[in-house]
Amino acid sequence: MSAISTHSATETTAKTPRWARTRHAHHFRSHEEEFDACKLGMWLFLTTEVLLFAGIFVAYAIFRAKYPEAFSKGSHHLDWRWGGLNTVILLISSFTIAYSIRNAQTNNQVWLRRNLLITLICGGLFLAIKFIFEYGPKWAEGKRPGNLFLYPGAENPHEPIWWSIYYSATGIHASHVVIGMALIFWLYIRSLKGTYGPKHYTGVEVVGLYWHLVDLIWIFLFPLLYLIH
Amino acid sequence: MSTHDEHGHDHHEGSYLTPRGGFLSTVWAWMTTVDHKKLGVMYLAAILTLFFVGGVAALAVRTELYSPNREVTREITRDDGSKETVTEITGQLFNAGTVISKPVIDSEGRALATDGKPLEEEIVGPDGTVTRRTRPDAKPLVEKERVYTLASGNQTYNRLMTLHGAIMVFMVIVPSIPASLGNFFLPIMIGAKDVAFPRLNLLSWWIYVAGSIFAVVSVIAGGVDTGWTFYTPYSTMTDADHWRVVFMIAGAFILGFSSILTGLNFIVTVHKLRAPGMGWFDMPLFVWALYATAIIQVLATPVIGITLLLLIFERLFHVGIFDPRMGGDPVLFQHFFWFYSHPVVYVMIIPGMGIASELIGVHAHKKLFGYRSMAYAVLGIAAVSFIVWGHHMFTAQGELAAAVFSAVTFLVAIPTAVKMFNWIGTLYKGSIQLNTPMLYALSFLFLFAIGGLTGLPLATLSTDMHLHDSYFVVAHFHYVMMGGTIIAFIGGIHHWWPKMFGRMYNEKVGILGCLLVFVGFNVTFFTQFFLGTRGMPRRYASYVDEFQLLHQISTIGSYILAIGMLVHLLNFVYSLFNGPKAPPNPWGGLTLEWTTESPPIEHNFHHEPLVTHGPYDFDDVVPPHRSPEEFPLPEKPADAH
Ligand code: HEM
Ligand SMILES: [Cu+2]
Repeated sequence: MSAISTHSATETTAKTPRWARTRHAHHFRSHEEEFDACKLGMWLFLTTEVLLFAGIFVAYAIFRAKYPEAFSKGSHHLDWRWGGLNTVILLISSFTIAYSIRNAQTNNQVWLRRNLLITLICGGLFLAIKFIFEYGPKWAEGKRPGNLFLYPGAENPHEPIWWSIYYSATGIHASHVVIGMALIFWLYIRSLKGTYGPKHYTGVEVVGLYWHLVDLIWIFLFPLLYLIH
Repeated sequence: MSTHDEHGHDHHEGSYLTPRGGFLSTVWAWMTTVDHKKLGVMYLAAILTLFFVGGVAALAVRTELYSPNREVTREITRDDGSKETVTEITGQLFNAGTVISKPVIDSEGRALATDGKPLEEEIVGPDGTVTRRTRPDAKPLVEKERVYTLASGNQTYNRLMTLHGAIMVFMVIVPSIPASLGNFFLPIMIGAKDVAFPRLNLLSWWIYVAGSIFAVVSVIAGGVDTGWTFYTPYSTMTDADHWRVVFMIAGAFILGFSSILTGLNFIVTVHKLRAPGMGWFDMPLFVWALYATAIIQVLATPVIGITLLLLIFERLFHVGIFDPRMGGDPVLFQHFFWFYSHPVVYVMIIPGMGIASELIGVHAHKKLFGYRSMAYAVLGIAAVSFIVWGHHMFTAQGELAAAVFSAVTFLVAIPTAVKMFNWIGTLYKGSIQLNTPMLYALSFLFLFAIGGLTGLPLATLSTDMHLHDSYFVVAHFHYVMMGGTIIAFIGGIHHWWPKMFGRMYNEKVGILGCLLVFVGFNVTFFTQFFLGTRGMPRRYASYVDEFQLLHQISTIGSYILAIGMLVHLLNFVYSLFNGPKAPPNPWGGLTLEWTTESPPIEHNFHHEPLVTHGPYDFDDVVPPHRSPEEFPLPEKPADAH
């Protein structure tokens, strides 16, 4: 098959970088087909993620409509500055991971690694802020979900529900950040071996898509939880 | 020209079943295989095993229902003439009892503490009065005792029933056809070497195993009694079952991932890996069905994912989202649950419809009537399935919502009827072979018609008020799930058995099994329509005496059904070891799997196939590996172009 013979023609000497030696899996007809398939697969997966969060958003909408008072009181306990800072951090990380794809395309291995690393650090910062400055103090003050709620200053009987929604939504989102970081770490390790380069950046591309989604979900969570009172 | 040349395989590579190396390395090779065929076979084995377990639970449930449970108090006369009243429980076959703790009392009637001394001590006050008080630091000594009461027996019944439902829905019917036959045949039917993401396929298998382990652990530890639907507040409040409920729900949650990944894999495979010459409307209808199913799996399963996750949060941390005491809403759970679980009933039935199309086309050897409308109909069913979930909660929503949900539910009947008439149209003037697969296809048509039609009185508001939560619903969904999906599944296994394992099964025994299953099924479940209309509610361990005859008939039917299943099992086991070798194309089918060897080679095809005819062009093409003498083409009129 023609597509395959082009690959067989590639020199496989020790000097050839790893990305140029990568062959497509045997059940695809060409590398392009494999790339398209992986992208379609990731888009479908992102659809499932959107639907997963849709459930949370629906719960949010229903309880907000039911207990507007409690939600307004509750959201006043969140500091928009921490949320805002985290939004900026995630936006930067989205930019750097997008740029790492470009780096792979132009075979800029140094900046490919750097950008992946920066993305990773941004993810870590996001989690650190979330846990150290938000979850930690709130939990300590008794602003906890449902039955665990102990905060003495509650002004509305349904505030525990607000905190349930808050912790569920941001907690599930945070677990996605962790998964995304694990994937980016994996990309980083592989990039050290020169796995990604022009035409062979499927991994970076699909993880990048995933990371954008994690970012996008936060973009929805931030105003809904922090800004609307 | 073939890709095998570049990969260095020769043209006589062995069947995918050929073991390589010793026993352990073969086992390891299967555990880590990315071959869609081996994964399909492993799923098949796991699903049939769980089907067996769920079936045994069902027989236990039916046996329990053979007679009503009663607590009878009567007076007996002892040998010495003294009289005594005793209380007995009758009609209860299974009673695991409940453990109660009661304080240990010494001979003087004092409760003891854990250190063996009396729990209370006496204090003599300064004025000489004696007061009793519990010694500080002393803990009461209790002994645990298992008691067998009417209630504990009913509890056992509830657990068996939940075990049956949860296994059959989450571990058997939902993955049944797609994960086993679908995995095996979807790539071959479109001329591909594998699914798009073979390693993801392996992952999805292991996720399935992990999810099943969670559920099985929960069952072995005592099981849960929530019913397969896990309705709140019950599922968040049954404290006797504490962590087992969490395990069972976590199992269902994990199984959902497996379902999503399989669906995602199938969609990409169908989009990207069709052989040259195969357009969308050249695909076999089984592939169409799997495609529509996969879309539902991908779009609906995440919603049950988040629902079960919230349910676990609720159970573990009492977050209150479904708890009315905290302002939560238990009916919200039902909405979330059915938003997934209604579409998922089509995940169950659409692959069965796909199999029915293959069986009827091949074994009636006739071009399928209305091919395109068949493909559009499954897509239509898939689309409508997302907007009808409210028909499970007619009694728990506003009148307007109920009316709307009722109206859209009727829409489902349209594409379903299109399919029914197309199948019957195909049978008309076909050269019907009355073998096991065809008999199963005919059973499918008959049983699914009853199941679908009884959905309509349930979708009608006024009648559903009476039928809701009665045995009528039980009979309805068994007619569609068992009479539809499982019947098609068994038919499909017979149809593709020679291809999968390279051996023929015994046709006479297969037909005998099919007849037993058909008769047993109808005796079991048709009676339940009568039970339902007469007011027998579902999920009860006991009933008033008037229902006993119908229950007994139903139970006897279930035994006949079980015998039929065992006949099939023996037939398959015998065939695996002693069956005659299967030819590549025993039935004269035209789809691509019949061009391969039986069983197929590791990469399915020696050369990438080129598709030049439709899947059911029986009037124009002689089936591969068969001769025109065996399958003569119809004479064409002289003026044909
Ligand atoms: C063909 C058209 C169908 C219609 C109009 C229909 C309608 C309904 C309605 C209205 C109910 C709710 C009854 C109640 O609880 O009061 C119901 C229950 C049910 N249906 Fe169907 N149905 C159809 C097909 C199917 C199919 C194909 C399946 C599965 C393969 C299925 C599986 C179920 C199940 C499992 C339940 C009961 C769930 C439970 O409460 O445990 N139905 N159906
Ligand atoms: Cu439904």
